[in-house]
Amino acid sequence: MDFLHANLPYILAGISVGGQYALIAIGYTMVYGILRLINFAHGDVFMIAGLVMIYASATMPLYIALPLTVIVTVLLGFVIERVAYKPLRSAPRMSVMISAIGVSYLLQNLALYVTGGLSKMYPTIPWISDSITIFGATTKVVTVITPILTLVLVIALVLFIQKTKIGMAMRAVSKDFETSQLMGIKINSVISATFIIGSLLAAVASFLYFSNYAAVVPTSGAMPGLKAFVAAVFGGIGSIPGAVIGAFIIGICENIIKGLGWTTFSDAFTFALLIIILIVKPTGLFGERASEKV
Amino acid sequence: MDQKKKTDLIVSASLIAFILIVLFVLEKIMPSGNMLFVVLKKGAIYALVAVSMNLLNGFTGLFSLGQAGFMLIGAYTYAIFTIPTEARMAVYQYFDGGIVQFTVPVFVAFLLAAAVAGLFAFLIGLPVLRLKSDYLAIATLGFAEIIRAFFQWDALGPVTNGSNLLRKFPTFDSVLFPFIVSGVCIAIIVLLINSSYGRAFKAIRDDEIAAEAMGINLFKHKEMAFVISSAFAGISGALLAMYQTTVQAAAFKSAMTYEILLIVVIGGIGSITGSCLASFLFVACSEWWLRFLDNETFIGAWQVPLLRSGFRKVVFSVIIMIMVLFYNRGIMGTREFSIDSVTGLLKRRRLPGDKKMKKGGK
Repeated sequence: MDFLHANLPYILAGISVGGQYALIAIGYTMVYGILRLINFAHGDVFMIAGLVMIYASATMPLYIALPLTVIVTVLLGFVIERVAYKPLRSAPRMSVMISAIGVSYLLQNLALYVTGGLSKMYPTIPWISDSITIFGATTKVVTVITPILTLVLVIALVLFIQKTKIGMAMRAVSKDFETSQLMGIKINSVISATFIIGSLLAAVASFLYFSNYAAVVPTSGAMPGLKAFVAAVFGGIGSIPGAVIGAFIIGICENIIKGLGWTTFSDAFTFALLIIILIVKPTGLFGERASEKV
Repeated sequence: MDQKKKTDLIVSASLIAFILIVLFVLEKIMPSGNMLFVVLKKGAIYALVAVSMNLLNGFTGLFSLGQAGFMLIGAYTYAIFTIPTEARMAVYQYFDGGIVQFTVPVFVAFLLAAAVAGLFAFLIGLPVLRLKSDYLAIATLGFAEIIRAFFQWDALGPVTNGSNLLRKFPTFDSVLFPFIVSGVCIAIIVLLINSSYGRAFKAIRDDEIAAEAMGINLFKHKEMAFVISSAFAGISGALLAMYQTTVQAAAFKSAMTYEILLIVVIGGIGSITGSCLASFLFVACSEWWLRFLDNETFIGAWQVPLLRSGFRKVVFSVIIMIMVLFYNRGIMGTREFSIDSVTGLLKRRRLPGDKKMKKGGK
């Protein structure tokens, strides 16, 4: 109980960060499930969402800035897929991955150019930046809101995938790309929908994440992006509940490690976890076993 | 054939000698602050690491993204063992001068850098090389990040100086030094690729299962390619340390690996000369030729829009994206620049068997 009490702030922070990672991780896991592509640019899309919010809220009221950020991020995700990944659909997987790395490089340099290399202060969003006290630990409202919002969004997403027609198409495409094409599924619109959902969730994650961190720099998307990807692998790539659980585990563990005074290793821990899971159970917690055909 | 080999050797040797002499003369007649020398020095260093990455990605088919981590190991090993004893108190000011209280000659330090990077690669390779394509990529990327965190760890401060700079180690002035070191290393890699091991690597790249059926020990050869590639990345890390005159673990981010990967892609995955060419082009573009884009320019009273600090990098990354999307075979594809292809069109016609082999061998 003492341990719990002493570490409560860290656990709370962990749950909150975990929720934010979960929202990013869904973008990775859905894209991987359908295109078998590690979308290296996803973390940078998340960073761009943060920057758009900063510039938007500087000139317009919040109730316009928030939806505008979401729209711009979604458009960005859509355009990236159309311009950088679609022409390479029949190319080897490695070229698509290289293209993703190229996009990530471009977005980071673009952000560097626009910001002039200065770190930009994130605007305080009223209410979610207020502080509250839970069980004697003071924290921001965003910490409490994040896991709830994450769960709501994930449930909505799972329902979307299970119940709607486009969700069914997504499941079919992730099972078998070619066959679903033969069955008359418009593959391009399914893939676009995937990127749109991923970017939408990344935009929501950016509101929550940057409210806690206050500053955005061109590289601030890289680390959360990589960690979210690890979460997706941990939970079994292609599985949405897996990604969410993986993200919460990583968020909590990372913050407990920080609480123990090993901050240097909080990032390294994530990757150590990744390597262990890849070696022990490469399909992750809920991943499906893919058999290799000769 | 022997006669041809001999002339080839003579031509290559004289070409190399010619390049070195030109560099030597250039250095004598041009001011040392010229951007050309920055490009040549950095380009030579990047050429080595790009070729080492190409050995893995292009010739063995292992998509590894750990190059920055191994460069870091090489840079640190070199720096730790060559800081003069009398300067250690100043460098390791928070760690009582550190625990390494001797220095080794530069040449030995280079060998150590390669050995330590290779050793780490050996240990990392044991679990990681069993993974497939993109999982391998993300796992090696992860290890590079772990290495970076590890070298910044305070408990290792007496050796690595924690997250502080390492400095005051011997550096080079002449552009000839990185050229010679990189040249020798690249030559060794070329020899390796043309050996029977190199053929085994290519067999693994083209079809793992077929290669295994032909009796190639997959794991052994992958491990070998990984260790050798990392050892050379270590040497280039040491060169980079010399070029920068200081080392800090925080600089060896995954962005560095991405840059090297992009060089390999631009040069052509599977072409050594392509990688070398691309690294000079890459460095020249990013450091020199596109510089004008960073300066605010006026034509008369009209200010050219968009031009300000950082625009160079944006244009540069757009160029890279265009390369990746439309010329994804790179400058050289899998071909090599050789004296044959430039001077010997006639010679080639006389050897139809040779041509056929090149076509079929892909």
